[in-house]
Amino acid sequence: MSKVVAELKYSAEHEWVAGDGSGPTGVGISAVAADALGDIVYVDLPDVGSTVTAGETCGEVESTKSVSDLYAPVTGEVVEINDGVVSDPALINTDPYGAGWLFKVAVTEEGPLMSAEEYAAANGGEL
Amino acid sequence: MTEKYTALFEQHKKAGASFTDFGGWQMPLKYASELAEHHAVRNAAGLFDLSHMGEVWVTGPDAAAFLDYALAGKLSAVAVGKAKYSLMCDADGGIIDDLISYRRPSPKEGVDQYLVVPNAGNAAVVARALLERAADFDVAVEDASADTSLIAIQGPAAEEILLKLVPAHQHPLVTELKYYAAVEVGITVSGAVQDLLVARTGYTGEDGFEIYIGNLDAAGLWDALLEAGEGSGLIPAGLAARDSLRLEAGMPLYGNELSRHVNAYSAGLGPVVSLTKESDFVGKEALASIKAAGFGSTVGQKLVGLKGTGRRAARAHYPVLKDGSLVGEVTSGQPSPTLGYPVAMAYVDVEFATPGTVLDIDLRGKPEKFEVVELPFYKRTK
Repeated sequence: MSKVVAELKYSAEHEWVAGDGSGPTGVGISAVAADALGDIVYVDLPDVGSTVTAGETCGEVESTKSVSDLYAPVTGEVVEINDGVVSDPALINTDPYGAGWLFKVAVTEEGPLMSAEEYAAANGGEL
Repeated sequence: MTEKYTALFEQHKKAGASFTDFGGWQMPLKYASELAEHHAVRNAAGLFDLSHMGEVWVTGPDAAAFLDYALAGKLSAVAVGKAKYSLMCDADGGIIDDLISYRRPSPKEGVDQYLVVPNAGNAAVVARALLERAADFDVAVEDASADTSLIAIQGPAAEEILLKLVPAHQHPLVTELKYYAAVEVGITVSGAVQDLLVARTGYTGEDGFEIYIGNLDAAGLWDALLEAGEGSGLIPAGLAARDSLRLEAGMPLYGNELSRHVNAYSAGLGPVVSLTKESDFVGKEALASIKAAGFGSTVGQKLVGLKGTGRRAARAHYPVLKDGSLVGEVTSGQPSPTLGYPVAMAYVDVEFATPGTVLDIDLRGKPEKFEVVELPFYKRTK
């Protein structure tokens, strides 16, 4: 079963949110979503300096099998993107909660987020 | 529809497969990584469960004449031991299925025999249509799909792996087997040698074999092949890899490129239709008019290959545009794992079907440039 990390929060669209409020918040996609997508070969991320809005699309993730929109789990300005996943999108499969992080946001408002327990229960993940 | 399971379902589960519905069957989509499975087939070998495909035996004094009538190709011209890719069409020329027929040795004087292999989702329809079309022929049509498993081993290492299960004196049967031919070969399954029908056919663009076996022994053969291929890079491969492999090889998939609403000429399958064979066949009149009207060359749409210039891939049903006007629709598309760029097949208006033509595909609101190219995208170097 796909791993769900206890310390993170999750959106219904399978993005994870990391952050203790002390700085920009990291965003990625959950192992549940990465496993369902299959081998990811392309990722389109929002530009640094752009504003993303919780619940709205801000990019896309493409695997050999399918393509999926990326939904912003939070609202705020994108302050950094992970160039590593742009050049090697497979990192999202191999390390979705680590090296496969996508971008960081200076959050002004969080969207509706679930705890790891809630997300795992709803999506069949393993804590 | 109740879900159907092949005799290899437990093997797939044990190997950690994720499953998908295909033609009513629960089939392995992938085991671990569909990309790794794809590359294994291109560089070593992959093992596929194709037991969802149909197997219909056609036997009788009229078997050859009957298939000439029931299918679009000239099956009577196929030599014993050879196979032919053909179409079953409806009276309007629409494609009911694309299928492979194997001519088998005559079981007795004056009787011919063929094995017809339709696609999984069409197996029942094809078996029924064959029965209906057989009314005026002295022929028996037996649908053995439910009892027959089909295992494919595909890739440059397929032959050396298969040979490990074949007694030495029978090796030439395998090594000398030509593409689109089939032969009974002794294969060691669960400690005993069984004569099995082995065809040198496939749907990946690589060398490889398809092996027919009764359901009871299928798991034994699957395990034996995996074990024989351990040192050669053989891994089980799912439908995701099968789809990316066949797309690179420019092979149509029924339901994507082919349907009742598509004719053979637009699909580029004109050479498969034998309008010159003496006998009548179902769809002949319609197909003759379709051809005479110029479909696929000067009229209507044509199936083409499209090569992406960016990194984003086209997917089935995306609109194809020229100067903002709709000129076609994508039938299959994805990033090509072997070639490293997006590939797609699409029906486009014939005036835009010439290789070198640059078209736009609407990728979820953003147009991206694709160039019409010759099929296949990938051809193995011998």
